[in-house]
Amino acid sequence: MRITRTAGSRVRSVLKHVGLSLLGLLMLYPLLWMLVSSFRPTEDIFSSPGLSLEGFTLENYTLGWDALSHPFGRYLLNSAVVVLGAIVGNLISCSLAAYAFARLTFRGSKWMFGLMLLTIMLPLQVIIVPQYIMFNSVGWVNTVLPLIIPKLFATDAFFIFLMVQFIRGLPRELDEAARIDGCGHFRTFTQILLPLMTPALATTAIFTFIWTWNDFFSQVIYLTSPESYTVQPALRAFLDSQGQSSWGPLFAMSIVSIIPVFLAFLFGQKYLVRGIATTGMK
Amino acid sequence: MTDTTLTRTPSRAKRGRGWRDSLAAYGFLAPWIIGMLAFTIGPVIASFFLSFTQYNLLQPPTWIGTKNYEMMLQDERLHHSIGVTFTYVAVAVPLQLIVALALAMLLDRGMRGMSFYRSAFYLPSMLGASVAIAVLWRQMFGADGLVNQVLAMFGVEGASWIASPDTALGTLILLHIWTFGSPLVIFLAGLRNIPRMYYEAAQVDGAGPLRRFGAITLPLLSPIIFFNLVLQIIGAFQTFTQAFVVSNGTGGPSDATLFFTLYLYQKGFPGFQMGYASAMAWLLLLIVAAVTALNFWISKWWVFYED
Repeated sequence: MRITRTAGSRVRSVLKHVGLSLLGLLMLYPLLWMLVSSFRPTEDIFSSPGLSLEGFTLENYTLGWDALSHPFGRYLLNSAVVVLGAIVGNLISCSLAAYAFARLTFRGSKWMFGLMLLTIMLPLQVIIVPQYIMFNSVGWVNTVLPLIIPKLFATDAFFIFLMVQFIRGLPRELDEAARIDGCGHFRTFTQILLPLMTPALATTAIFTFIWTWNDFFSQVIYLTSPESYTVQPALRAFLDSQGQSSWGPLFAMSIVSIIPVFLAFLFGQKYLVRGIATTGMK
Repeated sequence: MTDTTLTRTPSRAKRGRGWRDSLAAYGFLAPWIIGMLAFTIGPVIASFFLSFTQYNLLQPPTWIGTKNYEMMLQDERLHHSIGVTFTYVAVAVPLQLIVALALAMLLDRGMRGMSFYRSAFYLPSMLGASVAIAVLWRQMFGADGLVNQVLAMFGVEGASWIASPDTALGTLILLHIWTFGSPLVIFLAGLRNIPRMYYEAAQVDGAGPLRRFGAITLPLLSPIIFFNLVLQIIGAFQTFTQAFVVSNGTGGPSDATLFFTLYLYQKGFPGFQMGYASAMAWLLLLIVAAVTALNFWISKWWVFYED
């Protein structure tokens, strides 16, 4: 049944769009304001809650870039290394495990799968203390290794789950056919399934990017000396050392720290939406 | 998990393949199994052991029995941090889900501008956990921050939100609500799965919007609401970054934002009381497990699964 559009329903639809747009603007307003403020002379930041820009300056960016003991580029680079390592680790290790869980029959598959699901819910705080002690004893504190090495061993079980869900949606006839043509499991996995898994792999890469880039808890625990800081601990150290006095440079570096996530969001939105829609996690 | 065998496969070949499958599976799972033992199960056991010791990283751990747990009973700040965390979970999570659901209902299927609205609402979820946003929040709700400037335009005199024990936690709850975009996307996916004809049939029968919501949307969406609820609660119990940045790591003012995880961090990392921090981590695990179990138990009365 089609409901014919009356004048009343059109008015209601316009009102709805106006309301939703206003809400969207309200939500994005703090971000826009921070962006505009980062180009304002510091003394102007407190004078106006608006978005108009009188006296455009890049001074906040130049001041902020060199405000800490190392130029901010150093922290960006450290973050990039951690993020890249985490992405590569998650893609390889989680897809391997997902293939086994989704396609192979083996002893213990049921309880192992259950165990894997349980680890998704395990609070990080329970394992961080012993992990810290372990990595400290091998001298890895203040390096990026504690943030990368575990990812090579599929510790982000959430992505295994995501990929299992995805593989289950792929027709089984494909691997049966490959099997009949003489493919072993490894070739079936790398040549048949992996190419078809591109959306799930992209989702994993983008979520890993955003979560790892934003991660503060483990980075502030493992990276305590300034030369090893990633972006998040660096911003926090900035806030500590300069405090309220320099919102301008602080905002400028905040914007710098957000840009990579924003770009990942912009280009990966399709995958982000699909990823959280199929697995229900953010 | 699932039975993969083709019906016509001879049984010997099947057994042979089963054996080969198992071997292959363990090969594919090897990284996960190693990681599981080294980075999850090992640390969980170690953490349990450490919770009965006193350990400052410099001297070897000394066994003190249940002293850490007894100390937790006396620790006023700990009790306070549990209160802060529960308040946050109990207020921020439901409010966020209500906002997310309300907006998901407003965003119709095939609505013009849908992807724009979704992006605008979703972006904060992606940024919300970062230090930059916590920095922004700290400025916004400071004494001369953005919020007070806007209030001043309407002639309202603002407070120093973040510096006052009465309102500091509220600003963090607002930050949590602001990130309603990810449950929103999950709700949208769930709503898409409800057949449109249910609504049309109900409408023909004269059911109003409220009735349709109560009789169709709510029951059919309840598994997804439940899913969101469980995950958001588990996540909210672990809130850390925002509280840390907003209060400079102190949990102030007057411990108003002393979240459980922040207190655990203080004890473990600047404080090097690894034994006590481990005991706290176990308490957190028990609380999260108990709340999740309770959630599942209660769900029997309000979550409907279609068969």
